[in-house]
Amino acid sequence: MSQDTIYFFWDCLQYLINGIAQGSLYAIVALGYTMVYGIIRLVNFAHGEFLMLGAFCGYFALKMNLPMPVAIIASMLGAGIVALIVERALYRPIRNEGRIPALITAIGASLFFQYTGQLIFGADPKTVPPVFTEVIFNFGEINVSNIQVFIFILTLFILLFLWWLTRFTKIGVAMRATSYNLKAAELMGINTNRIIAFTFFLGASLSGLAGILMGYTMSVEPMMGMSLGLKAFVAAVVGGIGVIPGAALGGFILGIAENMIAGVYKSSFRDGVSFFILILILLIKPSGILGKNVKEKV
Amino acid sequence: MDYYLQILTNVGIFITLTLSLNLINGYCGQFSLGHAGFWGVGAYASAVYGVFFALPVDPALNMFISILIGFSAAALCGLLIGIPCLRLKGDYLAIATIGFSEILRIIIMNTESIGGPRGFTNIPKWTTSYWVWGLVIVTTIFMLNLKRSAFGRAIISIREDEIAAETMGINLFHFKLFSFIIGAGIAGIAGSLVAHDQQFLHPNNFNFMWSVCILVMVILGGQGSVTGSIVGAIILTILPEVLKMINSDVATWRVSIYSALMIILMLTRPQGIFGPHELFEKKKFQSGRVS
Repeated sequence: MSQDTIYFFWDCLQYLINGIAQGSLYAIVALGYTMVYGIIRLVNFAHGEFLMLGAFCGYFALKMNLPMPVAIIASMLGAGIVALIVERALYRPIRNEGRIPALITAIGASLFFQYTGQLIFGADPKTVPPVFTEVIFNFGEINVSNIQVFIFILTLFILLFLWWLTRFTKIGVAMRATSYNLKAAELMGINTNRIIAFTFFLGASLSGLAGILMGYTMSVEPMMGMSLGLKAFVAAVVGGIGVIPGAALGGFILGIAENMIAGVYKSSFRDGVSFFILILILLIKPSGILGKNVKEKV
Repeated sequence: MDYYLQILTNVGIFITLTLSLNLINGYCGQFSLGHAGFWGVGAYASAVYGVFFALPVDPALNMFISILIGFSAAALCGLLIGIPCLRLKGDYLAIATIGFSEILRIIIMNTESIGGPRGFTNIPKWTTSYWVWGLVIVTTIFMLNLKRSAFGRAIISIREDEIAAETMGINLFHFKLFSFIIGAGIAGIAGSLVAHDQQFLHPNNFNFMWSVCILVMVILGGQGSVTGSIVGAIILTILPEVLKMINSDVATWRVSIYSALMIILMLTRPQGIFGPHELFEKKKFQSGRVS
């Protein structure tokens, strides 16, 4: 093999590592999406904006010289509380109106947070003050930073936590029951309003966590939620919406594909590739890789 | 005076756009969120004709050819996108249409010969108010008649209940695809009007946010109502200009106000101003929901 071919393979390996790190972030956001969709069948367009608001909470906490763990908790709580308010004020009153009004409300909420955020926080990207010292490990030609490793391990931990929560706790069983059949769960004495609110809080606080990590690796800006939210949704659909491991799988697939395309071909096609994958999946298996087919009945 | 004429032209263009989306979203009930993509394809196609292939004839004739090209290009896109997308329903369809319109935008962004990210310049100015308002009138009459035709009743029945429509012998895919193609084509006409009016195009003028803006116009007026679409387009095109006159700071709140309006509308009156009804409607022709 010539020297160029060997370098090409090293480069591909590097893109793969970067893709896994970015895919972890998509996976964390997609988990929130998929849980909310699983429970009330709503495509929550405002999910990316919960992420943005969470990132800003973390940013301000770091600006006040608070340590990183406090900032992470602040962003998770901030995003979660905003989600609770949005759910109570906007989604709950129209939950029984059908899916399209709910979808429109979600788009409205999303745009409202984006543009009002731009007016309040300013449209310029803000860099988060560095707290970690970045250590780069070298394996041959590949560089892996400690932040990438941290994000990846965190994602695995979150997956394990969600698996434990939905399988072995009382609230997790209630969540599964609600997502299976809302009316029947209500008849069994489950307070479905509280379960839905809890799901929103959990999903949004995960996205807040992804937000501060994203802001830490890149920058914090009011429009950051838009493309990330759409991509996380794509990840959720690719993996099978409503299925928790599916969201993580979709996130990793998307992150790797994007970095590969951007590295090997052209970086301006980075945003296009996720939609391309989405359409491919919707054509081949609309319920997603891990999803189950549901037949429509009269 | 020029300023008011420009606003009037914009109002006309947006009425055409809103009517075309109303055909897909309001009549046929297919929730499409990628309408700005068709608009952009129409605009770029007719701009390419205007810049590279313009015939040495009267501008009016050239404009006519340009509109035909805009219509066919967008309709072709509607066909190609509709065939895979219309197998999906509801929120899946919405996401797939967003995906396609974003892909179209990214392709335009990466094509150097039509300006790419710098934007497309030097498009000849052929659009006049007569063209804009003439087409508005034609589209309005077309939509009103369509609503009463067999084709219109078929697609309205698809909106009301797909399974019931299918049992009545309506080929769901066929009719959905047809309304998608016609809606996309009319959006292409609006695109060609905009291209020869502003003489400059940028891919970001056709992004997701504009799809949402057109959608809000349809919803505000009432999905399925022609008069509603016209009223919605007029209100939401003039509103930012009025805000600008009151105070130039208020104009920066445009999208915030739009989105807040959208939310409030959904919470208080989800069917829009008119619902599926027209302003002057004889009972005989009523095609709205029977409750």
